[in-house]
Amino acid sequence: MATLHTRASARLMMAPSVILLFVWMVVPLAMTLYFSFLSYNLLTPGAHNFIGFLNYSYFLTDPAFLMAIGNTLLLVIGVLLITVIGGILLALVLDQPFWGQGIVRLLVIAPFFVMPTVSALVWKNMLMNPVYGLFAWIARGLGITPIDWLADVPLFSITLIVAWQWLPFATLILLTALQSLDGEQKEAAEMDGAGAVSRFIYIVLPHLSRAITVVILIQTIFLLSIFAEILVTTNGGPGIQSTNLTYLVYAQALLQFDVGGASAGGIIAVILANIVGIFLIRLIGKNLDR
Amino acid sequence: MARAINTRSKITFTIVGWLCGLLLFFPILWTFLTSFKTEGDAIANPPYFLFFHWTLENYIEVQARSDYLHHFLNSVTISVGSTVIGLIIAVPAAWAMAFSPTKHTKDVLMWMLSTKMMPAVGALIPIYLIFRDWGLLDSRIGLTAIVMLINLPIIVWMLYTYFREIPGEILEAARMDGASLAKEIIYVLTPMAVPGIASTLLLNIILAWNEAFWTLNLSTSKAAPLTTFIASYSSPEGLFWAKLSAASTLAIAPILIMGWFSQKQLVRGLTFGAVK
Repeated sequence: MATLHTRASARLMMAPSVILLFVWMVVPLAMTLYFSFLSYNLLTPGAHNFIGFLNYSYFLTDPAFLMAIGNTLLLVIGVLLITVIGGILLALVLDQPFWGQGIVRLLVIAPFFVMPTVSALVWKNMLMNPVYGLFAWIARGLGITPIDWLADVPLFSITLIVAWQWLPFATLILLTALQSLDGEQKEAAEMDGAGAVSRFIYIVLPHLSRAITVVILIQTIFLLSIFAEILVTTNGGPGIQSTNLTYLVYAQALLQFDVGGASAGGIIAVILANIVGIFLIRLIGKNLDR
Repeated sequence: MARAINTRSKITFTIVGWLCGLLLFFPILWTFLTSFKTEGDAIANPPYFLFFHWTLENYIEVQARSDYLHHFLNSVTISVGSTVIGLIIAVPAAWAMAFSPTKHTKDVLMWMLSTKMMPAVGALIPIYLIFRDWGLLDSRIGLTAIVMLINLPIIVWMLYTYFREIPGEILEAARMDGASLAKEIIYVLTPMAVPGIASTLLLNIILAWNEAFWTLNLSTSKAAPLTTFIASYSSPEGLFWAKLSAASTLAIAPILIMGWFSQKQLVRGLTFGAVK
């Protein structure tokens, strides 16, 4: 009786969250899916005709789409490489005892709390500006001709900015994992004469593998949707050189008012993200059982 | 001998560690310093590091010219509002899942997490059209609702992982002693749940404060939080670096300080308990 009562009240307590999230997930997605089969432009009023998969074939054969997919992947992979490798190195340093460790830790995680529009504009102007920026000053000091970062290597520049934002996240998670490593195991290996490198490869790295997977998966979800950094630095340009899938859909919808085409792009983005999502859900689900 | 090696390695790591820390922190430090320069000094070449004419005029200008405070308050309203509403909705759900789990609890949690996987562009167009038709574009209510929804799964998850650590036996003991459900919640559960709720609150205010997809797309001026306001500095004409820096410093300072306090919860919250 009591359990029946508890169970009913438990359902009632969960209902608001579940219903809200269900509506939030299903309604927009269903509408996007519906729009993706219509000829629907905000500038042409009147009936929105059903055109089948035309939006998809238009979107998928648009050279901009292939470019955007390529840019999305380059951006994700570039940022992942920098943050995972950099994060491991930084975590190893921060794991050692040294003077002012607590303060350095605070300095390292700080970029994560900077809002995307601020970090993008600070990098764009004060660091990467080809005339007045700090990088240009350093380049001239070294006798190199300064490059116009966001015009010459736009995607690489954005990769750097985003990597700066996410390096603290990777570092913090890897450091947390590193600190849970059993010290005795390392000591035993040291006694057996294992060098620092082999200790890292055979003991530390396997211990970190779970944390590394988590970092990669969680960052990928966020990195697939990079938007603000592109909007305020390059607007996807020059041309479409720094347009990723998210930005392409945004441009199609809110700059060209092509609701149908943008919706098809949105659905493709959802499918791509879900492929990554499935892996992450499995990994976290496994952890929940322990 | 071992001691000498220890000291030497400690010195090496002190140098390496501080170099890394300062390098990563430099853009923030540089923004902070530039905010006290005149516009002329801000673009000076070679750059001034410390020896320039320090001034507060940028902070005054930013407020006078663009009503900075208005956007700051929008950010506060949206981030605190969305988090508090999210908590009110999520606390009962997390409580139920942690203390009376059924065989579906895990599935529900996983499903909630999966809503977080949906990329924002999948919902952008319908939400934009709905907002347009309902007059919600550039409104604080609309933004608060959206930011609440995108963070709700994280709020439920974080609370769940905290609540799960509260030993159920204590609740049973209270029940045995004849405590009613209301008393159980007020006197037993709440004191134990407060630290977890506070951490969740802190982390989600940070996430909401920095949310920059929906705020950029759904607000222009009236309801624009700091993310949108700062983005208006991206226009190519004119170099207002000192003013940009002043606005940026004010925008990131409060959240940076909160972030430093919540660094432990950050790992837990953002990995959904997968790394502790």
